[in-house]
Amino acid sequence: MNNLIQNQRTTRTMDIVNQGLARRYRAEKRFRLYGIVAIILSMIFLVFLFVSISANGYTAFQQTFVQLDIHLDPEILDAGSLADANYQGLVKHSLADMFPEVTTRRERRQLYGMVSNGTSYQLQDYVRKNQNQIGSVIQIWVPADDDVDMVVKGHIQRDVPEAERRVKDNQMAWIDRFQEQGRLEKRFNTTFFTAGDSREPELAGIQGAVTGSFYTLIVTLLLSFPIGVAAAVYLEEFAPKNRWTDIIEVNINNLAAVPSIVYGLLGLAVFLNFFGLPRSVPLVGGLVLTLMTLPTIIIASRAALKSVPPSIREAALGVGSSRTQMVMHHVLPLALPGMLTGTIIGMAQALGETAPLLMIGMVAFIVDIPGGFTDPSTVLPVQIFLWADSPERAFLEKTSAAIMVLLAFLVTMNALAVFLRKKFERRW
Amino acid sequence: MSSSNLLLVLLMLTTAGYYLGRKRAFAVAEATGKGQQILHSRPTYYGALAALWCAIPALAIFFFWQAIGPTVITQLVVAGLPPDLQALPSDRLGLLMNDVKNLVHADIVSGEISPAIQAAADHYTRLETLSHAALAVLVLVVGIAGILWIRKRMSPQLRARNHVETLVKYLLVACASIAIFTTIGIVLSVLYEAIRFFKVIPVHEFLFGLDWSPQMAIRADQVGSSGAFGAIPVFMGTLLISAIAMCVAVPIGLMSAIYLSEYADKRVRAVAKPLLEILAGIPTVVYGFFAALVVAPMIRNAGVTLGLDVSSESALAAGLVMGIMIIPFVSSLSDDVINAVPQSLRDGALGLGSTHSETVRLVVLPAALPGIVGGVLLAVSRAIGETMIVVMAAGLAANLTVNPLKTVTTVTVQIVTLLVGDQEFDSPKTLAAFALGLLLFVITLILNVIALVVVRKYREQYE
Repeated sequence: MNNLIQNQRTTRTMDIVNQGLARRYRAEKRFRLYGIVAIILSMIFLVFLFVSISANGYTAFQQTFVQLDIHLDPEILDAGSLADANYQGLVKHSLADMFPEVTTRRERRQLYGMVSNGTSYQLQDYVRKNQNQIGSVIQIWVPADDDVDMVVKGHIQRDVPEAERRVKDNQMAWIDRFQEQGRLEKRFNTTFFTAGDSREPELAGIQGAVTGSFYTLIVTLLLSFPIGVAAAVYLEEFAPKNRWTDIIEVNINNLAAVPSIVYGLLGLAVFLNFFGLPRSVPLVGGLVLTLMTLPTIIIASRAALKSVPPSIREAALGVGSSRTQMVMHHVLPLALPGMLTGTIIGMAQALGETAPLLMIGMVAFIVDIPGGFTDPSTVLPVQIFLWADSPERAFLEKTSAAIMVLLAFLVTMNALAVFLRKKFERRW
Repeated sequence: MSSSNLLLVLLMLTTAGYYLGRKRAFAVAEATGKGQQILHSRPTYYGALAALWCAIPALAIFFFWQAIGPTVITQLVVAGLPPDLQALPSDRLGLLMNDVKNLVHADIVSGEISPAIQAAADHYTRLETLSHAALAVLVLVVGIAGILWIRKRMSPQLRARNHVETLVKYLLVACASIAIFTTIGIVLSVLYEAIRFFKVIPVHEFLFGLDWSPQMAIRADQVGSSGAFGAIPVFMGTLLISAIAMCVAVPIGLMSAIYLSEYADKRVRAVAKPLLEILAGIPTVVYGFFAALVVAPMIRNAGVTLGLDVSSESALAAGLVMGIMIIPFVSSLSDDVINAVPQSLRDGALGLGSTHSETVRLVVLPAALPGIVGGVLLAVSRAIGETMIVVMAAGLAANLTVNPLKTVTTVTVQIVTLLVGDQEFDSPKTLAAFALGLLLFVITLILNVIALVVVRKYREQYE
């Protein structure tokens, strides 16, 4: 009797369990699916980001060039005053000779606008180097205007009504003529890597911004690495457990989460207004980024110091070294790879940082390539920000291309960090 | 001598000091006739002591003068100006001094150069040359004196190692204290300008005003002369965009963390985790570009197809992209706390017959909740302080709305627009940026402190 009741009860519980089982398994599957979907979604975002930027940007690595026949007229190019001869005029003559049917002023202006504004400077350089060719007709490849470039690359559609198009029908016809004569060619865009900023997309390059980034990062590295390591060594190896070190610890953790733009405000108020340092220079940018990356480096360095086993310290102390000797001779060398990894990651952060640099005036339009720590300059992310604001279609692809360069730098730095970690990682 | 050359000479002097000190230590030891072991420390410590005493005081003097020198020179030049110029109001005097400095550095000078300005410029140049020369002499003399002093004190009994170690320790303490000085610097600099702002605009008007149009008229009769500095619309915009971002980031981040730590096998984890980290490493300016040129037009087109009126700088675009940016932040923090939940809790739940998902939902997540909340709070603070995405993709118009399809502005956008370009530091327009910065700092600070305390408490619970 008793047995029977118990049997009934267990079967009943089992029934309840079994009844719910299908539902619970479905819930299990659903839950699992949510997780997979979440990961796939993030991957899709990542891929979408990269694809859309590359698709916009890869064409910027090529630039359309136009071949011109230019008669180096000795009457215009007087040997005595080569510097201020009318090179613009030579280019215009050449274009006008090519299209004799163009007569009205308006059309002529359109025609002259087919080649870049920088053509006359290029011609000037050429003539200075090849003075013996004055009097002859030379064939020279010059960069096309950005609108022509966009047409050739297919970014300006021909089927759009003429009124809504930057390139008019007659210009389209000239482009076709150029193409028939083989005078139009896409080449690798060296200007993009060797020039400073410019208002003309076909003459704009990232060298100025890259150099600015380089100087800024040098300042940041030289300051933040020694200071960060020293602070970490103190906190981890020497600091007594008291209120002061507690405050420092809480502070560092907080600083790591302070919005970067607040560091910009600090730089503006302290470095520029109080100390009177110049605006827009890599020195101040480096100082601000140092303060910003210090918490990252300190936290990473402390983790590296923590991972050195205490037995090393005890052994060093045991053979009679002082605390400083123990740290300098034994702990620090073992922790250094980890610290370097942290520093590289901090530098990568600093390289991509924009907002604080806007505050200290590194957004100026600067054509020259900076030559030192106190030359006005801009940095790569700020250059991206500036170009992203430009209305020209050609700057859209320049911006994307600059982003690709920036991401390439970041990927290299992070890969280096991973490589260092793998190479020097020790399991005790 | 230019500053960099001076530093170079000082570096050489320090190196020389090191070798001289070391050599002297050998000589002192030889003089006693007992050889090296009579010395208290190893000879390199005597060298290091000499080098430190050469470098530290000299560098201190150098940087001190670099910091205050220009101000002192300016004061001296002002004192040397003719009395009628000195009597000018302070802003005119500032302009005048700017002209003087531009004249000295051969920049463009506004207006014609009067003899008084020319004289002042000459005075300035003289003082500057003098200060450079005096600084160079002083720095080098102090450096040499440091070396000589150590050299004189050198004896076998000198505890060079202990001295060096004390000095090194003070250096380390100084480096560690920079964190504190940074915080103090942030608070003071932002607070100082914010207080100047609140002298013009009352605090309650700023905190509770419903209208934000930061402009100040130069003349009283100008159109729109009364600027409005009510921060509520700006903060509502920030909150709206952050809320959208969290709606994207929290579910996706949390679910990927759960999947990666509870379900995924090693290979999936090894691939997916670094890929998520890539999202975290992309600079915000890239996200901003992506939001402004890809996502915003897409949302706009989608809205037009559905017959909705979508602004081209909608809060939705900025919020969505910001959410993507924060996903890895949420997922790595949640990953940490989920991994910290003891395995015994899972084993217990599984042993009682719950399915894997029930274990996660009913046991692991509640146990990890404080840590997850802390992580989410940190993510919120990050969203509020994020700048570039909203600068590039959100608008400038301060609309008080919760409609994600409309344009809103944020605190960081306003700071950037108010401070980029030329600023005058006596206009409430510029100072308003610092007031916003102060609020931003305080809010993120509160969020961070709460989050850090919660996370720390939680970690201790299972350790």
